[in-house]
Amino acid sequence: MPPRPPTPPLRLEARGLSKRYNVPVLTDFDFTLEAGEVHALVGSNGAGKSTFARILCGLTPASSGALQLDGESYTPISKAHATAAGVVMVLQELNLIPTLSVAENLGFEHLPSRWGFIDRPRLRAQARAALALVGLDHLDPDQPAGGLGVGQQQLVEIAAALSRECRVLILDEPSAALTATETEELFVRIRALQAKGVAILYVSHRMDEIRRIADRVTVLRDGRHIATHSAPDFAVDELIREMAGHAQVIRPTARVSRRTQEVALAVRNLTAPPRVRGVSLEVCAGEIVGIAGLVGAGRTELLRAIYGADPVTGGTIELHGSLAVLPDPCAAVAAGIGMVPEDRKADGLLLPQSILANTTLASHDRLSHRGWMDAEAARRTTLETTATLALKCDRLEQPVAELSGGNQQKTVIARWLLRDAAVLLLDEPTRGVDAAAKDSIHRLMADLAERGKALLMVSSELPELMANCDRILVMSTGRIVGEFTPADWSEERITAAAFAGHMNPST
Amino acid sequence: MPRWLKDYAPLLLIWIALLGLFSFSSDRFFTAATFSSLANQIPTLTVIAAGMTLVIITAGIDLSVGSVLGFAGAVFGLALLGWNLPVPLAVLLALLAGAGAGWVNGWISARLRVPSFIVTLGMLEIARGLSYLLTDSQTQYLGGTLSNLARPLPGIGLPPSFFIAVVVVILLQIVLTRTVFGRRIIAIGTNEEAVRLAGINPLGPKIAVFVITGALVGLGALFYTARLGSSDPNAGSGLELAAIAAVVIGGTSLMGGRGSVVSTFLGVLIIATLETGLAQLGASEPLKRVITGAVIVIAAVIDGWRTAGPGGPAALVRRLLKR
Repeated sequence: MPPRPPTPPLRLEARGLSKRYNVPVLTDFDFTLEAGEVHALVGSNGAGKSTFARILCGLTPASSGALQLDGESYTPISKAHATAAGVVMVLQELNLIPTLSVAENLGFEHLPSRWGFIDRPRLRAQARAALALVGLDHLDPDQPAGGLGVGQQQLVEIAAALSRECRVLILDEPSAALTATETEELFVRIRALQAKGVAILYVSHRMDEIRRIADRVTVLRDGRHIATHSAPDFAVDELIREMAGHAQVIRPTARVSRRTQEVALAVRNLTAPPRVRGVSLEVCAGEIVGIAGLVGAGRTELLRAIYGADPVTGGTIELHGSLAVLPDPCAAVAAGIGMVPEDRKADGLLLPQSILANTTLASHDRLSHRGWMDAEAARRTTLETTATLALKCDRLEQPVAELSGGNQQKTVIARWLLRDAAVLLLDEPTRGVDAAAKDSIHRLMADLAERGKALLMVSSELPELMANCDRILVMSTGRIVGEFTPADWSEERITAAAFAGHMNPST
Repeated sequence: MPRWLKDYAPLLLIWIALLGLFSFSSDRFFTAATFSSLANQIPTLTVIAAGMTLVIITAGIDLSVGSVLGFAGAVFGLALLGWNLPVPLAVLLALLAGAGAGWVNGWISARLRVPSFIVTLGMLEIARGLSYLLTDSQTQYLGGTLSNLARPLPGIGLPPSFFIAVVVVILLQIVLTRTVFGRRIIAIGTNEEAVRLAGINPLGPKIAVFVITGALVGLGALFYTARLGSSDPNAGSGLELAAIAAVVIGGTSLMGGRGSVVSTFLGVLIIATLETGLAQLGASEPLKRVITGAVIVIAAVIDGWRTAGPGGPAALVRRLLKR
């Protein structure tokens, strides 16, 4: 009789892990992570995923419960301690220091030095090696990290983690800022690490990715373990049901084109160097137009240029058939445009301030008489809007910083509902938002289109664009390189169009 | 406890504690004369610190208020004595001089995007230099021109300047909390880029807070002149620090986005009471400065704890106290 193969050792084991701040955020959580597996952790925002990850990498101590790493008791007291033990995390938020170079950021914890001076050649070589791990070979390691786009910054963060010796790698929404191609690249790296026996904890909202990469999935809800499924054995519908804890989220299946013949927004040959180079497009009233493209294709910059947020050097904009001059966002808003920016915390929200202060920000003129705020009208209209959006909060005076990502995003969107903007520019409107909130944002967009608004939406998630848009434009190196309608689009074709421009950088 | 009281309770308690402490250590302290002298001293600092609060809420700072006070006073003196203008016109010129200096501060810092710290540091020198030039570095005696402003009203014992200052505080607090302008300056101090992308041009409010502060410095110069009966080119030196200290003690964040004019007024009361009380106890000038400085730092530390949120040290202290 052959000897039974030894059971593979558990890389990481959590028993009865709990964490309380003022309320319990993680309750009696059991979790195992085997060497060489990708274990996905899913749940709505606030389910306790980030808290668990933060406990693992020593950013916050558990209130009770025990952790074991390769069979030994593991109680990380600091991030440095966790890193030394081989538990490395890529944070959801970007943590690069914008004024330091890419190389300095990568080597920040152990800058190679000679007699106290930084050994630049060695630093650069280390950085190149790390960048090659994520396919960023072409990146100049000496350029300041702040000059990179969000997607590239995220990749640099991942490179920093990959270049360390690690036993457990924690990825928190790693693909949030990545394009489809970059995500593919990331998956290749993840598989390579897996083969080397690294255990990977993969926190994500993206069901399609989880289905592809994860060996097991654990669902968290309200800080409690709900279920753990093994590889081929999970259906997205079921996961969503377990996360939401109520009846399945229903997607609108049949889509009727709401497009009217009235062109609400017409952009002609708009140029805003260096990222926007002669873009023309039209969005009709009642239409949702999506913009696909790789990170760095100029999608965000295009929206900002239309909105007057960045200087424009050429081209014209027409609104409802008449020429509009929009030198600044002030003029754009007055002309009936609203923008939901990519980075809601930096560019959209007044985080420490109330929901009310945030929702009314663009509508001061309508909610005041001779300069005096009409507090009553502000409350009433905000209440109506937050109800429409199913925005969850204790009270309208609650600081936005206390809300979950999904509700924060709804607050930004509510601002433009209050304003009743006729044209909405949405830049990654559901990034970092849980599945339920995502769904209600999508419904709202459809509803707005129904009511004759024109929506122009940027997203890096092709399925999202295909599920919500009437048309998809593909942008590459500052130009529109393709246009698709539901009749002729597919993920492959759109991806191919997006990629085409990047194959030949001379164009 | 009503919300407004809750907001002001810590500062009121500190003030009352100071009053109690000084009354206990000196039997001359808790008298009408002390309060009358306090009320006579603080109007200038009150109106300037009130304006400073607005500037700091937008995440700016105005270091020039002391010098601009000297400048506005010099303009007032010159208008009366040099140009023989009637008093109302001279008053108007003094206010305009302050507002003009404020506009220059605001326009350069907001429009040309130079940190207000540096612009107003320059203005601190410029305005002081101008006030020397205008007065030939001489103190001008103005006699009793405005002395009614600073003379205690019969029966009440408090001067009109004190009431004007209190009205300014209340007005600005209402502007801050109830008007579009007020909401906008708080929003700008919180996240200027978000405000811009919401379709609001931040330039106007950013310049306006400096103009308002400048005009209030002009008013402060009039109070000052009224009290001393002269226009002194050295007037107000160091006042910017007292004003900033009052704002900080009042809990307004130097990072912008949060603050209250009424709290600043309580900060002024605390500083003035401390100084008067220490003087009555016979503390030397150097010792007074050491203690006042320590109080400012302690206030800032306590405020840092208070705003650190539920996990902050304040919660720790509260929990310890509960036990």
